[in-house]
Amino acid sequence: MHLPLKGIVVLEFSQYLSGPCAGLRLADLGAQVIKIERPQKGEAGRKLAIKNLWADESSLLFHTINRNKESFTADLDDPQDMQWIKRLIGQADVITHNFRPGVMKKKGLHYEAVKEINPGIIYTEISGYGNDGPWKNKPGQDLLIQSLSGLTHSTGNYDDNPLPFGLGIADYLCGNQAVQFILGALIRKKRTGKGAFLQLSLMEALIDFQFEFFTTYFQSKRQHKRSAVSNGHSLLSAPYGIYKTRDGYIAIAMMPLQKLNAAIACAALNVFEEKEAFEKRDEIKAIISAHLLTATTASWLKKTQPLDLWVMPVLNWRQLKETDGYKVLQMEQQVQLNDKEITTTRCPVRINGQLFLSAKPAPAVGQHTENIKATLSLKL
Amino acid sequence: MTKLLEDILVLDFSQFLSGPYASLRLSDMGARVIKIERPVIGDICRTLYVSDVKIDGVESTIFHAINRNKESFTADIKEETELEKIKKLIRKADILIHNFRPGVMERVGLGYETVKQMNPQIIYAQISGYGEKGEWKDLPGQDLLLQSVSGITYLNGNQTDPPTPMGVAAADILAGTHLVQGILAALFSRFDSGEGALVQVSMLESLIDFQFEVLTCFFNDGYALPERSAVNNGHAYIAAPYGIYQTADGYIALAMGSITLLGRLLQCDLLCKYDQPSEWFDKRDEIKTILKDHLLTRTTKEWLHILEPADIWCSDVFDYDTLLKSEGYNVLDMEQQVVSGNKKIKTTRCPVRVDEKILKSAKGAPALGEHTLAIGKEFEL
Repeated sequence: MHLPLKGIVVLEFSQYLSGPCAGLRLADLGAQVIKIERPQKGEAGRKLAIKNLWADESSLLFHTINRNKESFTADLDDPQDMQWIKRLIGQADVITHNFRPGVMKKKGLHYEAVKEINPGIIYTEISGYGNDGPWKNKPGQDLLIQSLSGLTHSTGNYDDNPLPFGLGIADYLCGNQAVQFILGALIRKKRTGKGAFLQLSLMEALIDFQFEFFTTYFQSKRQHKRSAVSNGHSLLSAPYGIYKTRDGYIAIAMMPLQKLNAAIACAALNVFEEKEAFEKRDEIKAIISAHLLTATTASWLKKTQPLDLWVMPVLNWRQLKETDGYKVLQMEQQVQLNDKEITTTRCPVRINGQLFLSAKPAPAVGQHTENIKATLSLKL
Repeated sequence: MTKLLEDILVLDFSQFLSGPYASLRLSDMGARVIKIERPVIGDICRTLYVSDVKIDGVESTIFHAINRNKESFTADIKEETELEKIKKLIRKADILIHNFRPGVMERVGLGYETVKQMNPQIIYAQISGYGEKGEWKDLPGQDLLLQSVSGITYLNGNQTDPPTPMGVAAADILAGTHLVQGILAALFSRFDSGEGALVQVSMLESLIDFQFEVLTCFFNDGYALPERSAVNNGHAYIAAPYGIYQTADGYIALAMGSITLLGRLLQCDLLCKYDQPSEWFDKRDEIKTILKDHLLTRTTKEWLHILEPADIWCSDVFDYDTLLKSEGYNVLDMEQQVVSGNKKIKTTRCPVRVDEKILKSAKGAPALGEHTLAIGKEFEL
């Protein structure tokens, strides 16, 4: 397997999801990612379980996010441990952290200090809301960022409460953006030797995520409103949305109304013109809803897909897992944790047709401390 | 050299959102991005009818948001002489991006194997809907459709709601994000190897990665499907109080936290009875129903005054009208003006700061073919 980041050393002072999911991607691309953890307890994310699922002393969630990494324990208030950390920094290419503003400075590990030790370092910090302003000390938690960023007004129907995404989109997207810029900075470093200071926040990531909506809002000065029926995207016309059928659900994306009508023979749609598809979308979508209830998903797909209309069935994971479309992607991989096998997903990117796979599990707290110290001693 | 991707040349054949979002980020990092567009029509996104908001009555606001800071070169690839021009450009480029359905670029003679012959150093990056193989490969790779097959629609909304899509083009945006990661990883290793690479991302793989935490639960928990909370669902796998609640005058978001502590702070005795943390997940609907009724009794501001000082993870719930008035938003300086022809358009900036600098550029989206002549001269096409 050719690993593009082979030889790159990443020190991960991050916890929970945003920073660690960046570390995971860098590890899959070949970097040596060393988690810097507190002695004994380790990273806080080890004790955060979802659905009360545990892999060992650490949660399955932690194992999912931190596979393919190493662990080095250090007490950042202990001068001797700090000597080791500084030696490690001297050998590292990248640092990530996602502490609240000011924490790394108190430890003497802010960018200015770290740059003195290693001027070529790519120092990456992720905050909730940036380093200034009234929110800087607020907890940078995903649901809160979704709620403040306006995102919760995009999902669900007109009459629903503001509805969040049921996944940590702010954490995940911000971590992924960190990877982009770390790679960009590694390229510049390769060409010039120059390090970089990268700053991201969950809030800025979510504003960027909504860039279409913000730009539209800046022109219209009107808050976008969700469709009252089967809302799929508040800026889009009928028929865009998910509809119930006799035996399940079907997704219908953009298409001219009368093209849809021709395929599904819904006479009540005859009176609508294309230019009304946005303004009268709720009325139109209500008509489509009633009509689609009269037959099965498969029968609607048969009528629409051959015409290259943009439709798909709505699947849950069990249904998805059975499809050929899922199986050919080979998205699953096994991680070997002692005598246990954990099935998880792999890195979504392919390079030269190659998948990035690794069976290496998440480390135990401090599992690699002695090894890493021995290697550092050899280098001096 | 201060920009991360100084002197890197990107040819972007892609349309709509996924590919153009990738090249937008590359241009934010300092790369030069040339959109290769068909004469007359160009990128379909230019005329994509989006709501009732258009710029100059013609072009969609979305097009301007995604294509700022790029150039436009028009060529009809089906014409021999035009194709030759494209090939000349390809010889000079570092990166090529497209998001056509599998086989389309091969048919016009610009598949990876051919392009690699012309320029062995090129990073050739493609986004598909469903990958290059399998029963779905020729189906339209559209965001809502991808969300619908990926299972993600069963994570949003409440238990009795129908499958609910995320109201933002998450598959497009994430696939574009992952593509940039692959492109830059390949470009990084090119500086040692001198060799280009083929980078492939599909929207379906990107959405599976987005669900990596909860899918791993599914795989290792007997394939149990997600169960959304019946009351104010915020995350199918997280205990009470996680969710958004109505108050006397608006809404409040509550993330993870102790139910008994919440009960004491909110003076809601009914909550204090749930003193076993395991109940916070097992009985979350019951707990959230109590909380839902209780939070209706006072205003958002009143609740925040009680909860924030106790470091409970909570916040107001904003729409754009309220967000844009807040100091927390304004201090981020997220807006920028771009100039497109004689129009000034306000949009957002790149979300990342490099070396303590915000990355802005006043260069707006190009008119169709705006740079065809200049690029022709510059590259002697």
